[in-house]
Amino acid sequence: MGMTMTQKILARAAGLDQVQAGQLIEGKLDLVLGNDITTPVAIKEFEKAGLSTVFDKDKIAIVLDHSTPCKDIKSAQLCAICRDFAHKHQITHFYDVGQMGIEHALIPEKGLAAPGEVIIGADSHTCTYGALGAFSTGVGSTDMAAGMATGLAWFKVPQAIQVKLTGKLSPYVSGKDVVLHLIGMIGVDGALYQSLEFYGDGVTSLEMDDRFTICNMAIEAGAKNGIFPVDEKTIAYLNGRVERVWTSFQADEDAQYARTVEIDLSTLRPTVALPHLPSNTKPVDEVAGKPIQQVVIGSCTNGRLKDLREAAAILRGKKVADGVRCIVIPATQQIYLQAMEEGLIADFIQAGAAVSTPTCGPCLGGHMGVLSDNEWAIATTNRNFVGRMGPTSSMVILASPAVAAASAITGVVTDPATV
Amino acid sequence: MKIYKYGDNVDTDVIIPARYLNAPDEKSLASHCMEDIDADFASTVEPGDIVVGGSNFGCGSSREHAPLAIKACGVKCVIAKSFARIFYRNAINIGFPIMECPQAVDGISPGDSITVDFATGVIENQTTGETFQAAPFPTFVNGIIENGGLLHSLKARGIAK
Repeated sequence: MGMTMTQKILARAAGLDQVQAGQLIEGKLDLVLGNDITTPVAIKEFEKAGLSTVFDKDKIAIVLDHSTPCKDIKSAQLCAICRDFAHKHQITHFYDVGQMGIEHALIPEKGLAAPGEVIIGADSHTCTYGALGAFSTGVGSTDMAAGMATGLAWFKVPQAIQVKLTGKLSPYVSGKDVVLHLIGMIGVDGALYQSLEFYGDGVTSLEMDDRFTICNMAIEAGAKNGIFPVDEKTIAYLNGRVERVWTSFQADEDAQYARTVEIDLSTLRPTVALPHLPSNTKPVDEVAGKPIQQVVIGSCTNGRLKDLREAAAILRGKKVADGVRCIVIPATQQIYLQAMEEGLIADFIQAGAAVSTPTCGPCLGGHMGVLSDNEWAIATTNRNFVGRMGPTSSMVILASPAVAAASAITGVVTDPATV
Repeated sequence: MKIYKYGDNVDTDVIIPARYLNAPDEKSLASHCMEDIDADFASTVEPGDIVVGGSNFGCGSSREHAPLAIKACGVKCVIAKSFARIFYRNAINIGFPIMECPQAVDGISPGDSITVDFATGVIENQTTGETFQAAPFPTFVNGIIENGGLLHSLKARGIAK
């Protein structure tokens, strides 16, 4: 029986010729990832179990991105635990303030993810690297501890939903609108325990940054992973970043899918998700005019260069509305630097936006932009659950960088084509 | 024992809000468990109580702090129509029992008296007299739970040293 892209990658990792949906396997890992919130719990479990050595110091990445630069004493203590462990075990890919970026932008940028690889991360948005044709998925801290010790993880081989993309995106429509539209179609558990496998003519027109955004939010549909086929754009991205040998996998012609979902990219409008679920989506037109007090442009979903370019193009020469706080967070130091060289940072500051060093901060209501009671934010982040960015009475609308930037100028939810 | 029953899509942000993740010790996690969905939970929950949820229980973040917080409250198990996959594996990996059984969720009300048998997957509602059969865990997963979690299981198999 034919296999999906994900099934082929997992079969190879498990040393098997064939796997099928539902089968439990143990696979070899190419990278084990953690951050400053999940790694300390993994280290505690690692040490409590009396484990003494890591399986490969070059295949573990620890990125201090959630509460950094440290927001309080307790966060600083958690970072110190990570720092000590990384030093003790000589972890090659340890990223502290000054080098770190938001993990899911940083890992691909540093060439730590490649097609055909199997990556687990103690962070739910680890599914981002499917954009490169890798199998990558979020796990917990105990999985991270076991992965660091053994280089192995257990997986239930997933079924897949085939997502056929056709056509090309219209102006002011981006990867965020594609994935919000998809989640709106299938629901927050629409792909539970399954892969989202993207294919079709529409794939070639999508830039890598759009594909990262789409795979990043696969988890928001409940998916185990999202994955794109490898094409010329993928290879161009990998050139100069990944020197090791990698293998790309294509789905078999006779692969079995749970179902097929089709999206004509040319029909999509800028899309937003209203509180309190990412599946609560509407075309921006239906929500236009809703007042907001804060705008966040950044995160592992939308803090990449294409995102900043799209936001800056709208904010350039304009002013953030009175009564609105606009916070822009480049996802990595490299993105920050390039945005500066392109003049995007000047555009943001001249418009009256605040620009922050890379951090996950406001996305999870950590720091650098927490909301007050009854406030509304429009954010390019990935979750709008109750209390996600502040008190339970605060509200988050998820949107693309273009919609967020346009809304910053007007102070109300706005179609970017109208500013 | 008491039943705490919630709806669909109980996410990890309401199980343990991110503002408490900087103190990941069990006592602190337990004291804020379910705070943003049920402010009385942490102060009223007692060992042996059972949490019942709808579909996609534990969706959102990968934070293992979520099942750890519920476990640290002394909750005996979570019964749900379905679990988000990271929560599902985290619960298994820390040796915390969860049961997937849509019929049981529909057949349990707050105030009912429930018994659960993890070995057989049988859930009995003593108040209504109904019994339900949860899907049993595969042998591999049972091995993890019986060993008290993933790391103990890997050590028992001689894989982790």
